[in-house]
Amino acid sequence: MTGPLPSFDAIRLAIAGGDTSAVDVCRQALDRIAAGDGRLNAFNHVMRERALQRAAELDASRRADDPRPLLGVPIAVKDNLCTRGAPTTASSRILESFVPPYDATVVSRLEAAGAVVVGKTNCDEFAMGSSNENSAFGPVRNPWDPARSPGGSSGGSAAAVAARFVPGALGSDTGGSVRQPASLCGVVGLKPTYGRVSRYGLLAFASSLDQIGPLALTVRDAARLLEVIAGADARDATTSPEAVPRYTDALTGDLRGVRLGVPSTLLADGVDAEVERAFLQARDTLQAAGATISDVALPHTVYAIPAYYLIANAEASSNLARYDGVRYTSRAPLDPADATLTAMYDRTRSEGFGAEVKRRIMLGTYALSAGYYDAHYLKAQQVRTLIRRDYERALGTVDAVLMPTSPVPAFPLGERLDDPLQMYLLDVFTVSANLTGLPAISVPAGFTQARLPIGVQLVGRAFDEETLLRIADSYERLVMWWKEAPPAS
Amino acid sequence: MTTPLTKADVERIAELAHLELSDAETEAFTRQLAEILAMAMRLQEVDTTNVPPTTHVLSRHEALRPDEVRASLTRAEALANAPDGTPEEGFFKVPKVLE
Repeated sequence: MTGPLPSFDAIRLAIAGGDTSAVDVCRQALDRIAAGDGRLNAFNHVMRERALQRAAELDASRRADDPRPLLGVPIAVKDNLCTRGAPTTASSRILESFVPPYDATVVSRLEAAGAVVVGKTNCDEFAMGSSNENSAFGPVRNPWDPARSPGGSSGGSAAAVAARFVPGALGSDTGGSVRQPASLCGVVGLKPTYGRVSRYGLLAFASSLDQIGPLALTVRDAARLLEVIAGADARDATTSPEAVPRYTDALTGDLRGVRLGVPSTLLADGVDAEVERAFLQARDTLQAAGATISDVALPHTVYAIPAYYLIANAEASSNLARYDGVRYTSRAPLDPADATLTAMYDRTRSEGFGAEVKRRIMLGTYALSAGYYDAHYLKAQQVRTLIRRDYERALGTVDAVLMPTSPVPAFPLGERLDDPLQMYLLDVFTVSANLTGLPAISVPAGFTQARLPIGVQLVGRAFDEETLLRIADSYERLVMWWKEAPPAS
Repeated sequence: MTTPLTKADVERIAELAHLELSDAETEAFTRQLAEILAMAMRLQEVDTTNVPPTTHVLSRHEALRPDEVRASLTRAEALANAPDGTPEEGFFKVPKVLE
């Protein structure tokens, strides 16, 4: 089905009012997945029984004035978020049969808010990648053109929303992994401020950069999801105690007085001509509706990619040390003549991890090793401070920085696989928000001639997702790109 | 700027990272890591004199809490995913480490 999907509020009200049931809504989502996912490969695991049972419980407990904000809304979650009793693989062979004994905090919060978690979405292995081709279970295909990548690493979540399988999903964003696939699939993707959403139960990639974020068809639905998942959690000491506003109340549609900054030098080269055209059009639309546009200087952001890849991979090499053949399901068979502890570690990890994960562990190990730590890791953390200062200065004069999300639209599967460096350069506009901890959102901004979606990105002040969402929602009301659906199979 | 990275360096890093690489992987990683590190060397252009490294992006709050006993996973749950666990006795089993 490619018709309009109802909003979260429409689903909630229809179920609360008895016009439909949570079981029917859930079954329809499961049917859409069953009919369409053979083509897209967006799901690693569909939680059919658990979802239907959960929906039946909601039907039994629903009330006309039901306060649960996501009552009966089917949601997909990335397969690096723990679901009690349901497989959680991070798209890695090494976790192929891992079944967590607990739910991630975001999963508990979704369910407490009445959502029905329908399945686990495919992603790059351990969220490492920008194309979804690093999944041990095969790439996800872009609903707008199945020969192309949906982006990554939350490609399954973005594709599942774009294909209208589910109205919303969660992903994780370490260097753009929610925003870039949102851009390439034509949906909304938000990376909240670092510390806004609990990471408890998220399989860690780079702990100082990782943040869980929502994907949805509209800014309003993304805001609703953030309302549900945000907030302090005793199980994640990096969560902020700051109160969680009702983000949907901030969506006034008013752009008057909004000041936006464009980092022109960053856009000077390497941006696809059609992406640039869509970006300039979005800028003009915002300006015509009352926003003021000025140039902002972010001089150190040209160093964001090297700083990011050193820091992220150093943290990854440390975080992934836990996959050692002892605790998490996989252990390589050992020759009795060489059944040593070291052989167990080495063989289990070599068989269990894919090429990109090994490459990143190697890079991170190198950056942290004796003799290289100061030159690489420490230097990168100092440059990170300079990038943070750039943004602090810029956001002292503007309310948000406006730039493309990805320098290119969706690219053919296989095109960049043999050149990891070229793949890393795709993250040029997204990694800074992770290095600085700032919130950032990608919103659909039109299409290429070949009907591939293009997104624009806004980066805002820490813990001020309200301003970001208000600007994004105002823009969305003017352009309504979300009403465009991809072709059916 | 190029980073001299030899096959021997890659083998040493693999050992530190507890990875066994095939010859083809070692060869590919030697080339790819050299390219990536050459890009990383751009950071050396930046003057970072007296710039503190970032340790926390947004440290606005104390993260201390009372040290109280709380419910957590049972031993059986914690051992359930172990490839060679003994939930009854409460052990993870590994190859022999002492003669």
